[in-house]
Amino acid sequence: MRSARVAYAGAVHTAVPLPPAAGGTPLRLADGRVVREDQVVWLPPFEVGTVIALGLNYAEHAKELAFNAQEEPLVFLKGPSTLLGHRGFTRRPDGVRFMHYECELAVVIGASARNVSRAHALEHVAGYCVANDYAIRDYLENWYRPNLRVKNRDGATVLGPYLVDAEDVPDPGNLALRTFVNGKQTQQGNTRDMITDIPALIEYLSSFMTLSPGDVILTGTPDGVVNVDCGDTVVCEIEGIGSLYNTIVADGVFGR
Amino acid sequence: MSIVINDTVAMRVAPYRLSGTVYGTLLNHRSALAELGEAASQAPYKALPKAPVLYVKPRNTIAAPGAAVVVPQDSPELEIGGCVGLVIGRPACRLSPQEALQALAGFVIVNDISVPHTSFYRPSIRFKARDGFCPIGPHVTPRADVSDPDALTTRIFVDGVLQQTTSTADLIRPIATLLSDVTEFMTLFPGDVLAVGVARPVPRARAGQTVTVEVTGLGRLDNRLVEATP
Repeated sequence: MRSARVAYAGAVHTAVPLPPAAGGTPLRLADGRVVREDQVVWLPPFEVGTVIALGLNYAEHAKELAFNAQEEPLVFLKGPSTLLGHRGFTRRPDGVRFMHYECELAVVIGASARNVSRAHALEHVAGYCVANDYAIRDYLENWYRPNLRVKNRDGATVLGPYLVDAEDVPDPGNLALRTFVNGKQTQQGNTRDMITDIPALIEYLSSFMTLSPGDVILTGTPDGVVNVDCGDTVVCEIEGIGSLYNTIVADGVFGR
Repeated sequence: MSIVINDTVAMRVAPYRLSGTVYGTLLNHRSALAELGEAASQAPYKALPKAPVLYVKPRNTIAAPGAAVVVPQDSPELEIGGCVGLVIGRPACRLSPQEALQALAGFVIVNDISVPHTSFYRPSIRFKARDGFCPIGPHVTPRADVSDPDALTTRIFVDGVLQQTTSTADLIRPIATLLSDVTEFMTLFPGDVLAVGVARPVPRARAGQTVTVEVTGLGRLDNRLVEATP
């Protein structure tokens, strides 16, 4: 099953997609109402706990950024203010030179995990969604990289559109990823090229921290990140998981 | 009025309900930057920090006063990074320094525990994000009860012996400036905690010892370090 969280007519609802029709994919709210996908405000599709993100977890992307071998996965953490739903708007500050998307498979924890072995790791996964983990390289400093001003900006971590149940994703280690900017493909990869795969990430993380339901692991992005500008529409797509829309907007939209 | 935090009520006692989101600030105490000396300007850092450098203490790290903190087997000593935590009282986005303090509900003691590490370039999160590595408490002291947040004295004790005395007067970014600079790029929500930054060198402790962080007017926060059970 796939489920979304949306705001509609004064309340937040869980919704499921119906078969696509003319004009898009209708959603059925838990209370029975059927609405168009552009009539709702899309929220991250689950109650998000700790946000764990991977840097340089695809070989080609690591090469693109001139990065050498790693002793352990490069993990950083994010806070809640950076989260955004499908079809949202992300601010590009005036004057920055390099803001880029990162299409990533997000792994959502469903059962508490502590000292979980690789063999049992996927039993702790509730499901998957698409993530677009924006970065603004202009703000990169060499302290506790990547610093939060680069990677934890308000509304710059997009999750959605749906949480897809783990049982509907038979092999999360073999999914194609693609990003389109204004309809043109700019990024492609496959989750089989992760340096540290999903079971190994869960084994590693749970060796020192308890993972709880709602915690989410953003598993890194392949190469092909390019600058995006105000007005661009960015679509991150993962095979069998979904297509996640976002629009880049200027400071003025935020009254700056 | 102050609210007692313990294992079961810590996150849900109005009006100072903690959200469970805790941020730490790197190198915001003059002593911390001074300890690095010229190295702070050299590779791999290449330049002093410009904007606030923050890190997340995730929800699994939060521990109650009195809770036992497990010392990992591969690190016999832990850093006891006691400091002042700012408890956010209303959504805080793009605060000016002049209005910043008004966004606070109050102050709380944070013990930002770490596995000792020497590089601040890209340290592993396992140094700071282990279960129980962020005791918070004993209560939130309302903002109105703290006359000068930029003159709070923090004392760290190990087994009752004073190890370090520092003051928020020695922060590179005083509290209002820190709040203003952080909320320029990320919103803080009610109940979020922003730790203002630990002083260095950081006192260390081992399993079997009791660590105490005391801040003038905010109370004291005691925790025991215990061995990992195989």
